[in-house]
Amino acid sequence: MRFQFVAGEVFAGLRRNTTMVVAVVLVTFVSLTFVGAGALLQTQIGKLKDDWYDLVQVSVFLCPEGSLAPTCAGGEATEQQVDAVREVIDTELADEVGAVYTETKADAFEAFQERYPDGYQGTQLTQDDMQASLRLELVNPEEFAVVSDVLTGRAGVELVEDQRAVFEPLFRTLNVATLLAAGLAGVMLLAAALLITTTIRLSAVSRRKETEIMRLVGASNLFVQLPFLLEGAIAAVTGALFAGAGLWLAVRFLVTDWLEQSVDWVAYVDAGDVLTVAPFLVLGAMALAAVSSVVTLNRYTRI
Amino acid sequence: MIRFENVSKVYTRGARPALQDVSVDVQRGEFVFLVGASGSGKSTFLSLILREHRPTRGDVYVAGRDVGRLSGWRVPKLRRQLGVVFQDFRLLQNKTVYENVAFALKVIGKPRSVVRAAVPEVLEMVGLAGKEKRMPTELSGGEQQRAAIARAIVNRPQILLADEPTGNLDPTTSLGIMRLLESINNTGTTVVMATHDDEIVNEMRRRVVELSDGVVVRDEASGAYGERESILPGLGRPPVLAGEA
Repeated sequence: MRFQFVAGEVFAGLRRNTTMVVAVVLVTFVSLTFVGAGALLQTQIGKLKDDWYDLVQVSVFLCPEGSLAPTCAGGEATEQQVDAVREVIDTELADEVGAVYTETKADAFEAFQERYPDGYQGTQLTQDDMQASLRLELVNPEEFAVVSDVLTGRAGVELVEDQRAVFEPLFRTLNVATLLAAGLAGVMLLAAALLITTTIRLSAVSRRKETEIMRLVGASNLFVQLPFLLEGAIAAVTGALFAGAGLWLAVRFLVTDWLEQSVDWVAYVDAGDVLTVAPFLVLGAMALAAVSSVVTLNRYTRI
Repeated sequence: MIRFENVSKVYTRGARPALQDVSVDVQRGEFVFLVGASGSGKSTFLSLILREHRPTRGDVYVAGRDVGRLSGWRVPKLRRQLGVVFQDFRLLQNKTVYENVAFALKVIGKPRSVVRAAVPEVLEMVGLAGKEKRMPTELSGGEQQRAAIARAIVNRPQILLADEPTGNLDPTTSLGIMRLLESINNTGTTVVMATHDDEIVNEMRRRVVELSDGVVVRDEASGAYGERESILPGLGRPPVLAGEA
């Protein structure tokens, strides 16, 4: 009886307030889509870092012939210079550097030929055009600054480069996009909260006679307020489900079917990640509805 | 059953009190008329029993409970022992007579079987048998009030509060409503009725509590309405325009 009654009231309320309910659904849908998109962007950044940080190393480029760097005044790096640098790495940087690989000009040329079998932009280079380098694998990739400080400026070292730096602009862009999504989501969530409040208030006012009588015959507070609470919650959760579906479709068709086909050397977010994010969107919607309605109901359906 | 002990009620600080040092004791099964001019404090008296407001000073006991100190979540339980009837009936216009009465049981979580048994019984008692499916707009004023009374007593409250239940009805219809309230009273329900209707009060000869500016000025067993304030002497009771419609 109780369940049937409450369900009936909820349904009647949703029907009576259709336009407002649709507005709540749409606004929560849009706002939670932004929230979800932000979350997926961060997941994507995490995946890229996992993938790429393991692959990248710190490159210590040794002086080639004809370099203009002051440390390369003596021409191409000599074997003594290279040994001195390795010595420093083995002693001073023993804690930071896990492994050292030497890439000779021959190695570099081999890698080059593999990547550009037809020559780079139409020019076939030779082994002498390559640059020898030391590749350092850091124990903790965050400690690049220490390594760079120690090695930069030594004789025979032209340049110390953290390959991670190559990705920084990309990550920065993604982070800015996340912030943008979060900002928009914040504004939209505020709008959603206000809309839910208004919807519940309208609903409460239009059913004031009923609630008045419910109060007088001794219906409990929960019983009086539950239909309104559920109304808000149903609208908000519907919005969240739409947001989840929207994100799933976006990932499915934009990322999996399109991006992954055209740029296939990157790990992308997939439908599974959307499924991880979606429950939080639904929970968020519920919390949003609960907070907005409790605030309103205490003002409009007082005992 | 209902006891006011030196009760005062002030709505806004500094304003004239709506009730001032009121002490009234209503026994179980009594029928009490609450009379007095508009603004004399009758409605405040009833609202304190219902715990729509708390007394500013003094104590109100209803069915053994100190209503002023009742915490909010216990209020519904108190109200389940009270029935209320209003001058304007307050029926839900989009529900039938049956649904209006059943509503009062449904919203306090009574099982379907109880609703099915109790509603026809109470409608029979108030004389609305056969009109279960009518909408409130299809009923006369007297019938609407009967439906409202049915809703008030369907949960068998110990106390029935009536705030000018005949205020919108013609004398003949009012008499019928009074007979009904009397028969409810005869089943042991305590009835407190606020009214302006001197004819009814004079005819019934029940206990009368008169309020004036928030003070009890008279409390007699089997009393009369008392002196009408002669604002328009000689006019008497205004003619009733409508029949029972």
